[in-house]
Amino acid sequence: MRITLQGLAARHPAAAAASPPALKPLTLTIAPGEQVAIIGPSGAGKTTLLYALACALEPATGRLELDGVDPWLLSVAQLQKLRGRLFLAPQTPPLPPRQRVITAVLAARLPQQSLLASLRSLFYPTHIAEAEAALTRFDLAGKLWNRVDRLSGGERQRVGLARALISKADLWLVDEPLSSLDPSRAILAIDALTQSARDCGATLITTLHQVDVATRFPRVIGLRDGELQFDLLAHEVTPERLAALYAQHEHELLGAPPAPGDDGADGKPAAAMYCR
Amino acid sequence: MNSPASTTVIAPQLRDPAWLSRVFWLCAGLVLLAPALVLTEFKPWTLFEAETIKSTKRFLADFFPPKVEGEFLLLVAKECWRTVAIATAGMALALLIAIPLTLISTSALSISALPGRMHAIPFVVRQAVRWLLIVLRSVPELIWALVFVRVVGLGPTAGVLAIALTYGGMLGKVYGEILESDESHATNTLLRNGAGRLQAFFYGLLPQSAAELTSYTVYRWECAIRSSAVLGFVGAGGLGQQMDNSMKMFQGGEVATMLIVFMLLVGLADYASAWLRRVLA
Repeated sequence: MRITLQGLAARHPAAAAASPPALKPLTLTIAPGEQVAIIGPSGAGKTTLLYALACALEPATGRLELDGVDPWLLSVAQLQKLRGRLFLAPQTPPLPPRQRVITAVLAARLPQQSLLASLRSLFYPTHIAEAEAALTRFDLAGKLWNRVDRLSGGERQRVGLARALISKADLWLVDEPLSSLDPSRAILAIDALTQSARDCGATLITTLHQVDVATRFPRVIGLRDGELQFDLLAHEVTPERLAALYAQHEHELLGAPPAPGDDGADGKPAAAMYCR
Repeated sequence: MNSPASTTVIAPQLRDPAWLSRVFWLCAGLVLLAPALVLTEFKPWTLFEAETIKSTKRFLADFFPPKVEGEFLLLVAKECWRTVAIATAGMALALLIAIPLTLISTSALSISALPGRMHAIPFVVRQAVRWLLIVLRSVPELIWALVFVRVVGLGPTAGVLAIALTYGGMLGKVYGEILESDESHATNTLLRNGAGRLQAFFYGLLPQSAAELTSYTVYRWECAIRSSAVLGFVGAGGLGQQMDNSMKMFQGGEVATMLIVFMLLVGLADYASAWLRRVLA
């Protein structure tokens, strides 16, 4: 999927309209099949950019084009159809705790299924072999019938990534895929992710905190304070550029990722109050 | 006795800044409650006046001993079964009303609200459904029963319809609240990735909230059993109607038996709910 950003700025929907946008006007083109890592210190606007690309955030100013189409000029139904071609994996894996892994993974196929087919799949899962193959890529073979709440945090995160393989999307947008993985697992997971995207012919855009992993991507984009710092090929990313990108945030550069969920676009306080 | 430190003024940053508003709301609550107590002639001490105690005793003495004749027990069992049937059929119809209305009204399944703000038409539709639910549940089931007794005649059908309408409204409201207060991350992500509203419901929202929805439904079923007893008094069938008859005939023993059966029924519903919660947890 070809992505074009023309002076696109975005802010969190809950933010005041007068506040400066989390992502300042950005112009960028990403070709179909490209693999891009977005890096930068906390609060740089990485997640905001990703959510804007996923059509989850309407641009405050500027224009987004996916394959030459501005999604925000489409009707709600057409936009929802377009969203079916995007796969957004949030940082916190979106898996209902009481669901089985198989159901959670196959949920990624929903946009391509009719309601009837998806209900039938709840009764007896369709595409079991595909789900198993996707899980195996992320070293989760045999977890197919487990319940999500029986998995560790790292396993859940990898289940969230395995969904991408099921999704049939042209554009994979992955937010911090490594936040609960240990370093060796992180390398395996990112290799599985990039290889899978190549196999599926999907464009892959990932935000990352681990700078060493980011350079495994052909193209690296550095964001800071909502502004583009650099847009380079991996081998052009020098330690000096990284030092400038992470100035005053050196502890993050050294590989201490912040607590997950600190800059997610989701998360509302759970409050339950019923009239009974 | 006192150390010198405790007599000094506490530093301002160590003082709880929220305590003033806490005191205010406590006082405000009491001020608001006072007129309600006056209005409801809240005088608990009248319960303990000699005259009251005497008449209470006379009333309760009627209830003892509960009637346990075979023929009567058979009748109670039959009416009890009818009561459960009224409650269950009423609940089934209420679910038929509540589930579609919940699915329409819950904003957790709004696609247009994904990027921030719901569009105007879906918003109006949701508000309209919300008002329909308010109308359904704001008319007490007793009134619905009186209406239906005139329409379909004396008997259980009136009770079933009355429960269906009121409980449809209540279930629709609380289901909506449960769905909206639960973790919406999974559902939102499914919608953002292009799933349909009902697909997102079945794959995201329902597994998230199934246990809570079930336990509330079973609790409502228990309420429906109790409510069908009240409806019996206006001729909508079941144990309530028998109870009304016995009351009018001053048969305290019969009433006592039926009350005991009622307690057993409610207890049973309680265990069923606990068991379902365990299974779904």
